Amino acid sequence: MHNFTPVSALIGGALIGLASVWLLAANGRIAGVSGILHGLFSPPDAQWRAWFISGLLLAGLAWQGAGAPVPLREGFPIVWAIAGGVLVGFGTRMGAGCTSGHGVCGLGRLSVRSLVAVVVFMATGAVATYVVRHVLGVAS
Amino acid sequence: MKALLSALGAGFVFGTGLWVSGMANPRKVLGFLDVTGDWDASLLLVMGGAVAITATAFRVVLKRQRPVFAESFQVPTRNDIDFPLVAGAAVFGIGWGIAGYCPGPALTALSTLSAESIAFVCAMLLGGGLHRLVQPE
Repeated sequence: MHNFTPVSALIGGALIGLASVWLLAANGRIAGVSGILHGLFSPPDAQWRAWFISGLLLAGLAWQGAGAPVPLREGFPIVWAIAGGVLVGFGTRMGAGCTSGHGVCGLGRLSVRSLVAVVVFMATGAVATYVVRHVLGVAS
Repeated sequence: MKALLSALGAGFVFGTGLWVSGMANPRKVLGFLDVTGDWDASLLLVMGGAVAITATAFRVVLKRQRPVFAESFQVPTRNDIDFPLVAGAAVFGIGWGIAGYCPGPALTALSTLSAESIAFVCAMLLGGGLHRLVQPE
């Protein structure tokens, strides 16, 4: 486990948790990124969602602007990025959440639905990674 | 306007957490999902650190009458385990395991304008649209 980075993981995780508490306390909303993204197309509440997503993008720009390391992956076939994206978009809509909505926020609410979702997507995620990397030999 | 700036700030802190923790890097995420490879448990600590805070603070926040900048709290109320929940989570997991991106990291990684992040986010919107076609609200 020489890639294990416990300190930055805990600090980053704490920031994600604090941001979720902030959004609930101030805006009354759950910080589920898939729901926020898909909700962009539902007019009444689209605006705050667009601002939250702008915040995500600004964070990336600020990170790069500060000269922090941006590990870009090279050689990952675009066709696999597209396949993954379609499945993530469809699945998060069908299952009503992703790693943030079901993971960070749902587990924080002690929701059994979210716990089931987290166990399922981690399991299928591990299987998919195994197949793509070790059976199909894709450089992911 | 205050509510919108608040949402922007929350998104900014959320995104910064993704970069600090390494989760904006799909290889770091796949290092966790690849349990037969050189396993990297970092994602567990990211999730654990975040949930430790939400599990503690959500209780306190939800005891308040209303949010600071909104009329009411909008929190999921369902607790049934149904087919769409399980099947949807399974499909999401497969996509996540293939590409190493889930929605938050994909959106903040879009700021790098890398070809794969652009392709992934467009495909993710397409996938959401496909679900809307087969299951209109």
